[in-house]
Amino acid sequence: MAVLAALELRGLTRRYGERLALADVTLSVAAGQTLAVLGPNGAGKTTLLRLLATLLRPHGGELRVLGHALPGEGWAVRGRIGLLGHEPLLYRELTARENLRFYAALHGLRGDERAQELLAAVAMERRADEPLRTLSRGMVQRVAVCRALLHDPELLLLDEPRANLDPAAGVLVEPLIGRESGRTRVIVSHDPAGVLAEADLVLGLVRGRVAVLAAASELDPAALAELYR
Amino acid sequence: MYGKRLRPLALTTFAALTLTLVLAFFWAPNDANQGFLQKIFYLHVPLAIVTLCGFIYGGLAAIAHLRTRDSRWDMRSYVAIHLSLVFGVGVLVTGSIWAKGSWGVWWDWSEPTLVSFLLIMLLYATYQPLRFAIEDPERQARYASVFAITAGAFVPINFVIVRLSTAYLHPRVLGNISANLPGRFQIVFYLSLISMALLWITLWRYEMTSKHASAQLRALKRALGGDDDEALPRRSAVPTLTIGAGATPTGRGSAGRTGAPR
Amino acid sequence: MSAATPTVAAPRTRVVLAALLRKELRVELRSFAAVPAMSLFSVTTFVLFHFALQANALDGDLASGVLWVTLLFAAILGINRLFVADAEQGGFDGFLLSPADRSVLLYSKALTLLAYLLVLELVAVPAFALLLLQPAIWPALPGLLVTLALGDLGIVVIGTLVGALAVRTSVRDLLGPMISLPLLVPVLLCAARATSPVLAAAGAGTLPLRWLLTLALYDLVFGLITFAVFDFLLED
Repeated sequence: MAVLAALELRGLTRRYGERLALADVTLSVAAGQTLAVLGPNGAGKTTLLRLLATLLRPHGGELRVLGHALPGEGWAVRGRIGLLGHEPLLYRELTARENLRFYAALHGLRGDERAQELLAAVAMERRADEPLRTLSRGMVQRVAVCRALLHDPELLLLDEPRANLDPAAGVLVEPLIGRESGRTRVIVSHDPAGVLAEADLVLGLVRGRVAVLAAASELDPAALAELYR
Repeated sequence: MYGKRLRPLALTTFAALTLTLVLAFFWAPNDANQGFLQKIFYLHVPLAIVTLCGFIYGGLAAIAHLRTRDSRWDMRSYVAIHLSLVFGVGVLVTGSIWAKGSWGVWWDWSEPTLVSFLLIMLLYATYQPLRFAIEDPERQARYASVFAITAGAFVPINFVIVRLSTAYLHPRVLGNISANLPGRFQIVFYLSLISMALLWITLWRYEMTSKHASAQLRALKRALGGDDDEALPRRSAVPTLTIGAGATPTGRGSAGRTGAPR
Repeated sequence: MSAATPTVAAPRTRVVLAALLRKELRVELRSFAAVPAMSLFSVTTFVLFHFALQANALDGDLASGVLWVTLLFAAILGINRLFVADAEQGGFDGFLLSPADRSVLLYSKALTLLAYLLVLELVAVPAFALLLLQPAIWPALPGLLVTLALGDLGIVVIGTLVGALAVRTSVRDLLGPMISLPLLVPVLLCAARATSPVLAAAGAGTLPLRWLLTLALYDLVFGLITFAVFDFLLED
C-alpha cells in the first residue's frame, strides 16, 4: 500500500504584487519526516510556512497537505496542523488556561485534560491563571507551544521555535515538538548546523527560488552557509 | 488586448460629442423658464447617469475579481471607479452651476440628485486612501473589491433613500427626464447620454491599455534581467497586473467557507 | 499521537460562538478599551452641543438629530476598537487555523458591537434626557427603543464590515470613520426622522412607520452584503 506523502508541492508559486515571493517549489515530504527550510531574510520561508498552514493561497502550481489539495480542501486539514510562529497568537489579557480553553473550543475539543497535560509538560501549571501580559516572553512562548499542540496535530509548522525560549524551556519543549514526537514537521531556522541534526530533508531558498534541496545526510553545513552569502 | 479598435472608438466619441454640442447649442430650443442655462442639463444628467453606471460596473468587476482572483478584474474595477470619481466631480460642479443659475444658490439640499451624489462621492473618495493604506498588493486588491461591492450596492439604495427624504421633488430634474420632454429635448438628451457613455468607455479603455502595456513592459524587463535585487516598488494605490507565470491563481476562487462535514 | 482522522469535523457553531463571546467579554472587561470611552464621549458630546447650540432644552428635529449624531460618533469609537485586539495579538491567524466556520467570527463581532452599543445607550439616553431633552422621556420611550433597535442593527452591520476592512491598514483610525460615516448616513436619516415626532415638545407623536421600514430594509440589504463579503477580509 502506497504511503501518502504528508506534503506534496509541485511548482508552488506565490506572488507579492509583481514579484515572486516563492517560485516553482517542488518537493515531497513523507509522514513523520522533518523538512528544514533555510535561507536569508526575504527568501520566502515564512511565505512557504503560511501556504502550508492554509493561511495563504497558492498563485500557481499544486499543493497537497496531508493528502488534501489546497486551497480547495483547506477545511479538511485545518484541525490537523499546528503552527508555532513568531507571534504567540494568544490574548494578553487572558490567562494561559483561558487562552487554551478558548482554542480548545475553536477546535471542538472538550474538557481541560489536554490543556492541563500540556501546561504541566512545559512547567507552566503554577502560572496558568495569570494574565499573559504579566508573563515573560519565554513563558508566553511556552504557552504558545501548548496552543499549537492542543489539538494533537499531525503536521507541525515551526518558525524558529527555539528563538524565544531559554535553554531549560527548550529542553522541556523538545519531546513535544522535536523528532521523537513522531509528527511530520517543517522547521524554518536560521541555524544550519543545528537544524541539520534533526532534519530529514533540507530546502534552501534564496529570493523565493529553490537553491538547495537534498536529504540532510548528503549535506554539510559549509554548503548551507553559501545560501546566506 | 484593450488597444484594439481604440482609434475608431476615440473618433466615434469625438464625433458624438461634437454633434451633441452643436445640436445642444443651435438646434434644441431654449427652455421657457431657465433660458440658455438649462442647456447645462444636457451635460449634468448624462454625466450623472454615466458616473453611476461606472461605479456600479466597478462593483460588478469587483465581484468578478473576488470570484476568479484574477488581477485584471481588479484593474478594471479600479479604473472604472477612479474614472467615475473624476466624472462625479463634473456632476457636482455642473449641478452647482445649474443650481446657481436657476435658483440663485450654489447648493440646494432639496435637490435629491445632488445630495445623493455628494454622499456617493464622499464614500468613493475613500477608495484610493484605502488602497494606499494596504501594502500587500493581493490584500489591497481584495479589500478594495470588498469596498467596491459595498459601495456599488450603496449607490442605488442611497438614491432611493435620499429621494424619499426630500420634502418636495424639484420638477426641473425629474420632469425633464420624463416622457413630457418635447421631441428635440429628448433627442439631444439621448445623444448626449450616448456621447458621455462613449467618452467614459474610451477613457476607460485608454487607461486599461496604458496600465496593461506598462505591466507587460515590466514583465519583459523582469524576464530579461531577472528580478534579483529588485528594490521594493514604492507604495501605490494602483493595482498590480501580473503577466505570465502565476498570473491566474489555482484553486477555486471562493473564500472557502468552511464546509466541513459534521 | 492519536490515530490520524481523515478529516476534522468543524466544531458546533454554538460552542464556537460562546467561546468567542466569552473571550470578547473578558478582554473588554479587563482592558476597558471601548465601552467606557464610548459612554463618556457621548456625555461630553451632549455638553458640547449645549454650548455650541446655546440651547438648554431641545425637542423634535433638533433633539432627534443631536441624539443620533452623538450616538453615531460614539459608535465610531467602538467600531475602531472592535478588531484591534485580534489584529494586534494575532487573533485572526489563531482563528483561521482552526476548523471553525469563519462566519462565526462575523456573528461574534456583530454581537459584540451590539453589546457595546446597548451599554452606550444605557448611559447616553438617560444622560440626554437629563441634560438636553425638553419633553419627558417616558412617553417617548417605546418609540425610541424601537428606533434604537433598528438603528443599532444598521450600525452593527456597517460597523462590523468597515471595522474589519480598516483594521489591517496603516491608518485604521482614520479610514474607519471616513468609510463608515457615508454608509451610515441612511441609517442616521431614517432613525432621526423616525425619532423626531416621538420627541416632539407637544407630546410624543406616532412613530412614522415609513422610516422604520426603510431602515429595516437597509439593515437587511447591508446585512446580506456583509455576510457575503466578510470572509474575504479575513484571509491574510
